[in-house]
Amino acid sequence: MSTTRHEPHPSCTAPDLPHPARRPHRGPAARLRDLAMGVRFAVSGGREGMTRTALTALGVGLGVGLLLIAASVPQMMDARDSRTAARTAVGPELGEQAPVSATSLVTAPADTDYRTETVGGEILRPDGADPALPPGLDRAPAAGEMYVSPALADLLASPEGRLLKERLQHRTVGLIGDAGLLDPGELRFYAGSSTLTTDTGGVRVDGYGTRGGGDPMAPVLIVVVVLACVVLLVPVTVFIATAVRFGGEQRDRRLAALRLVGADARTTRWIAAGEALFGAVLGLAVGAGAFAGGRLIAGSVRVWDLSAFPSDVVPVPWLGALILLAVPVVSVVVTLLAMRAVTIEPLGVVRRSAPRRGRLWWRLLMLPAGLAVLLATGTVGQDSDVVEPWPVAAGTLLVLFSLTALLPWLVDAVVRRLGRGPVAWQLAVRRLQLGSASATRAVGGITVAVAGAIALQMVFAAVHDDFNRVTGDDSERAQLTVSAEFPSGELAAEMIREFRATEGVRGVIGTVEAYVVSPEPVAEEDIRPTTLMTVGDCPTLRELARIRSCADGDTFVVHSVRDEPPGDWIDRTARKGKQVNLNSDTPFDGSAPKLWTLPERSPTVMARPDPVGEEHTGILATPGAVDVSALPGAWTTALVQIDESVPDAKEFVRNTAARIDAPVRVRTIHKIERDRQYESVRTGLLAAATATMGLIAASMAVAQIEQLRERRRLLAVLVAFGTGRATLAWSVLLQTAVLVVLGTAMAVAAGIGLGVAMLRMIGKPVTHWGSFLPVAGMGAGLILVVTLLSLPVLVRLMRPGGLRTE
Amino acid sequence: MSSSAVRVRVARSPRFRDPRPQRRPRYTHRVYTLSTVTLMSIGHALLGLLEAGPRHGYDLKRAFDERFGQDRPLHYGQVYSTMSRLLKNGLVEVDGVESGGGPERKRYAITDAGITDVERWLARPEKPEPYLQSTLYTKVVLALLTGRSAAELLDGQRAEHLRLMRILTDRKRSGDLADQLICDHALFHLEADLRWLELTAARLDQLASEVRA
Amino acid sequence: MIPAGSLLVAEGLRKTFGSTTALDDASFSVHPGEVVAVMGPSGSGKSTLLHCLAGIVRPDAGSVTYAGREITGLSDAERSALRRSDFGFVFQFGQLVPELSCVENVALPLRLGGVKRKEAERTAREWLERLEVGDTARKRPGDVSGGQGQRVAVARALVASPKVVFADEPTGALDTLNGERVMSLLTDTARRQNTAVVLVTHETRVAAYSDREIIVRDGRARDPERVA
Repeated sequence: MSTTRHEPHPSCTAPDLPHPARRPHRGPAARLRDLAMGVRFAVSGGREGMTRTALTALGVGLGVGLLLIAASVPQMMDARDSRTAARTAVGPELGEQAPVSATSLVTAPADTDYRTETVGGEILRPDGADPALPPGLDRAPAAGEMYVSPALADLLASPEGRLLKERLQHRTVGLIGDAGLLDPGELRFYAGSSTLTTDTGGVRVDGYGTRGGGDPMAPVLIVVVVLACVVLLVPVTVFIATAVRFGGEQRDRRLAALRLVGADARTTRWIAAGEALFGAVLGLAVGAGAFAGGRLIAGSVRVWDLSAFPSDVVPVPWLGALILLAVPVVSVVVTLLAMRAVTIEPLGVVRRSAPRRGRLWWRLLMLPAGLAVLLATGTVGQDSDVVEPWPVAAGTLLVLFSLTALLPWLVDAVVRRLGRGPVAWQLAVRRLQLGSASATRAVGGITVAVAGAIALQMVFAAVHDDFNRVTGDDSERAQLTVSAEFPSGELAAEMIREFRATEGVRGVIGTVEAYVVSPEPVAEEDIRPTTLMTVGDCPTLRELARIRSCADGDTFVVHSVRDEPPGDWIDRTARKGKQVNLNSDTPFDGSAPKLWTLPERSPTVMARPDPVGEEHTGILATPGAVDVSALPGAWTTALVQIDESVPDAKEFVRNTAARIDAPVRVRTIHKIERDRQYESVRTGLLAAATATMGLIAASMAVAQIEQLRERRRLLAVLVAFGTGRATLAWSVLLQTAVLVVLGTAMAVAAGIGLGVAMLRMIGKPVTHWGSFLPVAGMGAGLILVVTLLSLPVLVRLMRPGGLRTE
Repeated sequence: MSSSAVRVRVARSPRFRDPRPQRRPRYTHRVYTLSTVTLMSIGHALLGLLEAGPRHGYDLKRAFDERFGQDRPLHYGQVYSTMSRLLKNGLVEVDGVESGGGPERKRYAITDAGITDVERWLARPEKPEPYLQSTLYTKVVLALLTGRSAAELLDGQRAEHLRLMRILTDRKRSGDLADQLICDHALFHLEADLRWLELTAARLDQLASEVRA
Repeated sequence: MIPAGSLLVAEGLRKTFGSTTALDDASFSVHPGEVVAVMGPSGSGKSTLLHCLAGIVRPDAGSVTYAGREITGLSDAERSALRRSDFGFVFQFGQLVPELSCVENVALPLRLGGVKRKEAERTAREWLERLEVGDTARKRPGDVSGGQGQRVAVARALVASPKVVFADEPTGALDTLNGERVMSLLTDTARRQNTAVVLVTHETRVAAYSDREIIVRDGRARDPERVA
């Protein structure tokens, strides 16, 4: 069978028309012609063909859109990094100050939290007439003036921003340009000052814009990020592979008609591939369009606190090119592979329903192979600098793809043993027994996503402690600490005074603190005895230790109730009548020691936990006993205990702090403080997992609806002899449920396996075995969503119209 | 069957070439029965034609030939003998005779009794038997010509056919294989008649609406 | 007006789909155990009449009375229950659930009516035997011939001992021999258990298995007996 004529028009076969030239039907040229014909069918395939193409295009478009966004993430990160670098002040090398010049200026951070948002801020005080400016500003704000980001301007103008407006009392004189912001939604301000000095927390700088980004990522984070990328993108590729097969059964019938007019089996396969190709290319366009559209609104959308300027959302060129090339190729290859399981005969379609069990070995082999690769990678020391992302990615890929390969086999093996039960159950199970390929493919996507998510959850849970410092703060007693990076007795006193007068505040203590060391020489390998010195007035000191009598000028040695650190360790620094070096930097940088004698009459007392729950052990001194301004590296702190029942009590405290004419930092005490980088990885992961699950729900719903449509007549017949809606709805739900439950079970097993392997790799014990529970819940939700999406179609198809014979 | 054998013999003899060699034996067979059946209903057919208005004998023959006599035209003699029978029975009357005399110049008109007779004939289903086509066809054409419903005629005929078919079906179900075969033969023929009739009615309906339009 | 002793009676049925009128003042009646053929050209409204009679489609106007009970006013659930318990259906094609085995297909109406699986399948098997397709029990509909499949469908229509079987062109997809066999099995069995059959067909030979026929033309159902 090698005729070249497959034209669908009967006129072409009429004997009086000239015969088209016979071309050899072999080789790539012929294949290309078949592909082209498939494309032509897709274009002119009538309403059903168009629906099918539209579905594929939509599905592929969704996937491509996601891939393009994923491909843009590195650029977005780079852009964010360079935006951060551009507005980072240069000049000071670790605590040093730049020399005074015409361009230099004194700055201090003035970040503040407002309810759930963080408002970034900087105080500027130019030294000369021509100061260096952070990007986005065209002049330095004068004292009492400020520049704000557009988002902050909106917030301040709205009723929600009332309390913040009280805090930022500077007059707004302009908006910060885009160049000075990380994303369009960022809340940021630059305020002018005439009082800021390097003595009151300011830093003198002579320009903005450092080269290169921040800290390199920890190896563990790299492992996690690689894992996350693989885990999130594999389902997308699975989804694309599913999408190019939408409507396959109807197409097969059409191809059978082609066989009747003389196309051979191979030709039909390539024609099918051509149809898929058209859908995929259309999908590329849809995806590119969706991406372009999504880009424009990137700034106005904040997903899990992430946002970006549209101009920063650009795919990495080679990744973008890869997507553009890979999607059409994948569509053709997937279709050709899928068609191998189908024999299209001239008078119908024969589907090989029995899975080829002989092929099980390679399905089984992929899993251990992947795990072996992961385990062979060895343990990444947390401090080791080198981590190879490729073996991690390859191993993970193998494990995850083995799931999609094993799932159909598992579904078949399990479902074959089911079948007894109510009618709905019987209908669902028998349906799966006969043909579950398209639904199983979609579930394959879920399995991969869920397994990956579980592995990620486990890794996250285990590395949690590295990135989450349990602060141990007693948030029952105080919720806020206000601190300034310089020592000032007056500031401490002022803070106590001001905060006591603030609404919603229950109590305040204010201190100046510094580390002090023993001036005695120590052996090379020994740790120099060090302890804390806390300076405060008598009422404050009474809060911190069990003191009987106190007058200004008194000093005390405080031991821990819990003996942490041990009393004799404290006593090695706090030697009564002997000298103490108040400059704790001396041992490190050789700067001149500041010696002070601890008075002989310093009673040893036991500590009381402060409002934050910490013990202030070491030396307690009243301001009369030591000159706080002579304490290098000291800081001033107020611990503010607030009344939770007063709404916005925290905001009142922050507003008070802002009124204090010094750059103070207000910190909310949480039980756990999250590492920022860890947090952003986690939020990104959550966002992507949500999108992936949504995609899979969509593709499952499409497969389900398509299947229902094909069974229109059967549904009508079932309704005719009295099958209730509930029975049919249940069978639809159960059909999805059986697959999802199996897929999820497999995913849980594989995910835990993968998680254990990954944890072994980064040398961590498994801490949370229950990580899969929320993900399993997500699977259950998916079943419901898919069923709910297909119910309207089911109800519509159950109308008796389906009984009509066409 | 017999004519097919004849045809074979004719084909073997070069001197005895059939003047219409393209005509198939079964067709010949049908033409034969067609004319036989037509003879039985010529009277009604002519009556029906007269319903549209008085006609001369010659016109009647032409009208008849046009509509029903494709294969075999009527002889004048047939027309006159039939008309005289109808005259005797009071179903037609002589409307007038044109000058010049001669039987061919007589103009006939249908009487009320004649109309009733046509009506009754059309409404009465034919006894279902093989090779009814000609009669049924004549009936359908006349029904349409005279503005009567072909569908009703059809329904009546179908009911009549079905009555017989039910009897045959019953006999078939209780009989032996030979009975079954014989009954099936009759059933298929009866069904074919009905189907042909339905098709004809549908086409003539179409034609009638075209004519009326 | 309503013939005495009728099991299922329809009066003045009207049904339109969009701008097309499928039924226009159609009437119908069938007695218990009677086989009535519904005939007429295609598009005349035969199937719509059957759907209305069976309570699948609600007519726009008119009434359908089954065993003295008006059913057009019943809720969807009530009509479904009625179809389950009292009606059986045979269609032209595509009516067997392809993934269920033949015996499971036949057992379906019983199971929907609450009969236990084992018992339902035992009864179903008996029916398959009665319809001479006992050997198909474990096969799927896709693996049996058209004639066998249609007999399985007849078995399914009769398995719950319905009072009325609705058959819409039951032989339409079959060759003559298989069609004849299906028809005689269907009508013999129905008569034996006093089940009425409403048989929609355009084939007179198939209609000859009926006791009586009615003609549907342009949405009007005419019962020759009642007209005459």
